Amino acid sequence: MLNYALRRMAFGLLVVFAVTIVLFSVMQLMPGDPIRLVADPSRIPAWRIEELRRSLGLDKPAYIQYFYWLNRLLHGDFGHSIVSGQSVSSLIAARLPYTLLLALGSLVLHYVIAVPLGLFAALRANSRIDRTIVLVVTVLRTLPGFWLGILMMILFAIKLKIFPISGYQGPLSAVLPVLTLTLPALGGTVRLTRSEVLETIREPFVLTAYAKGLPGRTVRVRHILRNALIPVTVMFFLSLPWIVGGSVIIENVFAWPGMGRLLWKAITNQDLPIVQGIIVIIAVLTVISNTIGDIISGVLDPRIRIELEEVGG
Amino acid sequence: MGLVDAQPAAGRPLMQVSDLGVTFQTSRGSVRAVSGVSFEVRESEVFALVGESGCGKSTTALAVMRLVPPPGRIDSGQVVFDGVPLLDLDEDAMARVRGKQISMIFQNPLVALNPVYRSAAQIEEALLLDQIPRDRAWKLAVGVMGDVKIPDAPERALSYPHELSGGMRQRVMTGMMISRSPRLLIADEPTTALDVTIQAQVLELLMDIRRRTKMSIMIITHDFGIVAETADRIAVMYAGGIVEQGGVLEVFEQSGHPYTRLLMRALPRLTKEEGRLETIAGHVPNLVELPSGCTFHPRCPLKRDACLIERPTVREVSPGHFVTCHYPEV
Repeated sequence: MLNYALRRMAFGLLVVFAVTIVLFSVMQLMPGDPIRLVADPSRIPAWRIEELRRSLGLDKPAYIQYFYWLNRLLHGDFGHSIVSGQSVSSLIAARLPYTLLLALGSLVLHYVIAVPLGLFAALRANSRIDRTIVLVVTVLRTLPGFWLGILMMILFAIKLKIFPISGYQGPLSAVLPVLTLTLPALGGTVRLTRSEVLETIREPFVLTAYAKGLPGRTVRVRHILRNALIPVTVMFFLSLPWIVGGSVIIENVFAWPGMGRLLWKAITNQDLPIVQGIIVIIAVLTVISNTIGDIISGVLDPRIRIELEEVGG
Repeated sequence: MGLVDAQPAAGRPLMQVSDLGVTFQTSRGSVRAVSGVSFEVRESEVFALVGESGCGKSTTALAVMRLVPPPGRIDSGQVVFDGVPLLDLDEDAMARVRGKQISMIFQNPLVALNPVYRSAAQIEEALLLDQIPRDRAWKLAVGVMGDVKIPDAPERALSYPHELSGGMRQRVMTGMMISRSPRLLIADEPTTALDVTIQAQVLELLMDIRRRTKMSIMIITHDFGIVAETADRIAVMYAGGIVEQGGVLEVFEQSGHPYTRLLMRALPRLTKEEGRLETIAGHVPNLVELPSGCTFHPRCPLKRDACLIERPTVREVSPGHFVTCHYPEV
């Protein structure tokens, strides 16, 4: 198991490394000369520009520049914003906790609601209550997040005045954006849980569990749920980066001081160092949550552990 | 306490099934998978339930365990086990019967064990139901694995099902099902999914268990070879009903039902010179719309007018040998 976990982590590092290469190449392929942004050749002599180029390391071949850049990344130096001159890492550090609050809050709420609902629906499959649950979450799933967010603001902030309308004014401010992120996402997890439970109920080993004399409750928890929740748990970890990505729009609707809003502004201002920094952070988050997902699925299912060990992943 | 009680234990009935019926409600109508099935299993005997696939033999076994999967429902009859009417018990009481009084080995050992638990842990889970302390239960579980002839049991105990061969998995399942010393073990096609060489070993194991424990065994199979090797008594099923039952010798040597005789003739024999294997004309009837009268009449070479109209009743053609046919041959 330890061997498997270490392999997964090594693989994750490799992916992060690959992402930085892609990102750096994209930067290199972009038109324009960064020196021209700071030094106008019509007013500054050529020898001075060459000196500047050398001092910034821009005269070196691309792969050398890449290693300089990687080295700075590893030391937490993401460069400086072109617009404000602030360091990108401090900008991101100030915003990241707010985004994680939204993402983790809605992820946890989402699973706390969706898994019991899916289980409940499966145990009463094809009853009226089951059909109602599936219908409701399917309708929710079709709602666009920005529209749902605005409706929430109108109802809960303007009409009922229960929650703050936007911005961050304490933990209550998180309620509406978290709900807006959660409600449309429920559908997938409810249906996944429901179908996994229904599939597991039909497994012959469930019959075996009954036949050896286990009471119904034990069979449901130790045999049906235990096996049905493996894919659901893995999905939990895989969906974290999606929620961070999806929060870009919701953060803007709610004027939420998170990374998504920072990214949005940086894109409209063409503030490339910030965009790069955030993409690196999202890539690292994605790899970390995928790796945790892989390791957890190995813990939960011995067959996966063996399979992946054999392919050497 | 009279003379009746003095007869050998082997003759006493352990389980009596009477008029058992199971119906599956499907979108294409209700399927009567088992109807009017009556038989008994006696103490320490091997009773074989034989028939083609789809004849209702597995459903009969699941009905005895009250494990018929939905949309199937037991809609008639009774199963009396050691004086207790099982179909009247509540679900908790029935759970206490399973594994302790009656347990069941399933057809495909490759999928019948939970993939996420170690093999001995799945046996231990059964043992823990009898209030045995945990550390002892594990040792007992490893011991059971030794009993069912699993080599290197202490090491194999830690294996997951997918790390074991089919034969080994069937042994783990057998161990799990006999670990609480039930009085009746139902074995549903225990060897069908296994290699021929492994089949013999598993059968031998079952017979060994029976010798050691005096457990009754109800074996469900389509293989007359297995019946001949193991069974004391036999019931032949066709289209959801029992057509003939009795001692193995009587049923084999003096088959009363045309279906039984045709089945016996369809067996491959090494001694026969002719190359062609006999088959039974026609095919198994659709259980949604069973034929009128005797369900076997469309395929029966000896049918007469009455067979098309009237359902045959059970006749005792010799003591303990029952045939459900208008014109039994004896």
